[in-house]
Amino acid sequence: MSASLEKGVRVLKEVIDAPMASYFNSCVHCGLCAEACLFYTETGDPKYTPIHKLEPLRRIYEQEYTLLGRLGKMVGLSKPVTDDELEEWKELVYNSCTLCGRCSAVCPVGNDIAYMVRKFREGMSASGHAPDGIIGAVNRTVTIGSPMGVKLPAVKAQMKHVEEDYGLPIPLDAEGAEYMVMLSSMEIINFPEYLAAIAKIMHQAGKTWTLCSTAFEATNAGMQIGNSDLAKLLVSRIVDGAEKLKVKTVISPECGHAYTALRWEGANLIGRPFTFKVQHIIEVLGEFQEQGLLKTEGFETDKLTFHDPCQLARRGGVIKQQRNLMNMVSKNFVEMPDAGYMNWCCGGGGGASAIEEGEELRLEAFKKKKSQLDTVKPDRLVTACANCRIVLEEGLEHYQMDIPVLGLTELIAEHIPDQTGQKGA
Amino acid sequence: MNDMQFLTWVRGTGLDIALSIFVLGVLWRLFEIYSLGRKPDLTAPRHAAGASGLHTIFRRTLPAEGMLKRAPVSIIGGTAFHIGLAIVVFLFAPHILLIKNLTGLSWPGLPSQFIDLVAVVTMAAMVVVLVDRINKPVKRYLSTFGDWFAWTLTFLPVLTGWMAVQHLLLPYTTMLAIHILTVELLLVFLPFTKLFHAFTAFGSRWYIGKINGHKGVAV
Repeated sequence: MSASLEKGVRVLKEVIDAPMASYFNSCVHCGLCAEACLFYTETGDPKYTPIHKLEPLRRIYEQEYTLLGRLGKMVGLSKPVTDDELEEWKELVYNSCTLCGRCSAVCPVGNDIAYMVRKFREGMSASGHAPDGIIGAVNRTVTIGSPMGVKLPAVKAQMKHVEEDYGLPIPLDAEGAEYMVMLSSMEIINFPEYLAAIAKIMHQAGKTWTLCSTAFEATNAGMQIGNSDLAKLLVSRIVDGAEKLKVKTVISPECGHAYTALRWEGANLIGRPFTFKVQHIIEVLGEFQEQGLLKTEGFETDKLTFHDPCQLARRGGVIKQQRNLMNMVSKNFVEMPDAGYMNWCCGGGGGASAIEEGEELRLEAFKKKKSQLDTVKPDRLVTACANCRIVLEEGLEHYQMDIPVLGLTELIAEHIPDQTGQKGA
Repeated sequence: MNDMQFLTWVRGTGLDIALSIFVLGVLWRLFEIYSLGRKPDLTAPRHAAGASGLHTIFRRTLPAEGMLKRAPVSIIGGTAFHIGLAIVVFLFAPHILLIKNLTGLSWPGLPSQFIDLVAVVTMAAMVVVLVDRINKPVKRYLSTFGDWFAWTLTFLPVLTGWMAVQHLLLPYTTMLAIHILTVELLLVFLPFTKLFHAFTAFGSRWYIGKINGHKGVAV
């Protein structure tokens, strides 16, 4: 399993498909994708132009899958991809790309650049050019079970806390429950409010739910580093858990990439359709709201704004629900410029936040978020991704902006009346 | 070879060679690209109105939200010369006549004076995007020989066609022959340069629309 250039090139040859070939042939070097990328707009450095981040992959495509490219390679006109080159590209493929997909959204010829970067990472990781930060997260996920090293006892301890504080049961391994709730390490360690919020919301809605002792971690470092074998292993844990417990729906937590990994890659990774549904918690809350199962009281009166996680909105199609939910509990909800489908990334998605040496660039790119926030001047910032939340908090602190960040699920739960009786259950 | 013989050659043998390379080249390139196929998507689709490959083919013709402000020259210049080329190529009466002779298909053209104006606007727009490519750091950074070559291949037929009609510089017969020759060069190279986006852009838009349509995202 050791990484090598040869292996990387072989993997890249495997991931090249018709969409990618069509995309490479369609690019006219118009440069519009740069204007959509916060790593370019905030630094002005052309090397961060999204399509340029794929240059070694483009050459491999050309040399392997086009007649002229093969001829060029034979007579030595086109130079082969080298280890040094891939090492140089590491920064472009990981540190300065969060797979946010804004470039894909603006390309006039329709190139899905984020789709290609995701695939390029397969070869980068196979050739040993993934960043140490993500490799660390991957190793912890494989050996311990979660990228931040969280084990089941930590989850159990948190379950106990929530049960004591709220008097609501947290079911574990309850067979036949309607919903299986996933967590992200970030939530287990930093945002215990999430679990309490779920308990309150499910109790009010009268829904059965459960955590799973063998599959509580939703994040997928395999997808972030670009290792489909590993991504498959991580998804399989969840599939096994969900099928063992015979749940109808698995709820992806407030984490963008966990959602994409499970909802839009999962079945393809394991090679068969799921026997259960996958929903992001915001989709579930939206459904509860529509069905009248979510009843809140009171309103926030300070000025709130919402940061759309890229994988949830632009890459995931969940855009309206969070707005309806915000308006349900807030009298003063204001949108940032470009909010919704074209929202700007926090700068730390797609595993980028795990890369230590990328921090300086990340903070530079955060100036985009800062300018969005400066337009609105909110009192608090709401989001629905624990990773966005951490990255936002770091950026806000760096720029000395005093704006607390909170998760939408916990904000909703705060407005659910105390349930001492059997209401709804 | 005198002017008349030159014209006869480009209209006969030259055109045959160019069209053959063009047609075979396009077919080969389309096969080379789309026969790579893609894996079926096994994830459960989420349907949404307006989210599909076909929608996206049309939608991407207009700039994405906020982009006109960020890159006005690329978008306005690019749109102008694409529309201009389409008008000049397909709605100029002599061109329609040629197409009729080759395929039997025919449609009404636009007045010659109007085509003149469009040709001038098209050339102006092309010069503007060329200057922009030289001036803008990102576009200059991305540019390779292929970009300058493709620009030249596209510009020459418009320039020579316009000059022939205006009787500028060279006798009409010579200029017309040069015009046809430049078109033939364009046809020969189109399948093998970035100009091939004239075909693949539709496929690319369809793919991204299809991939996003599967997720219920209208793009």
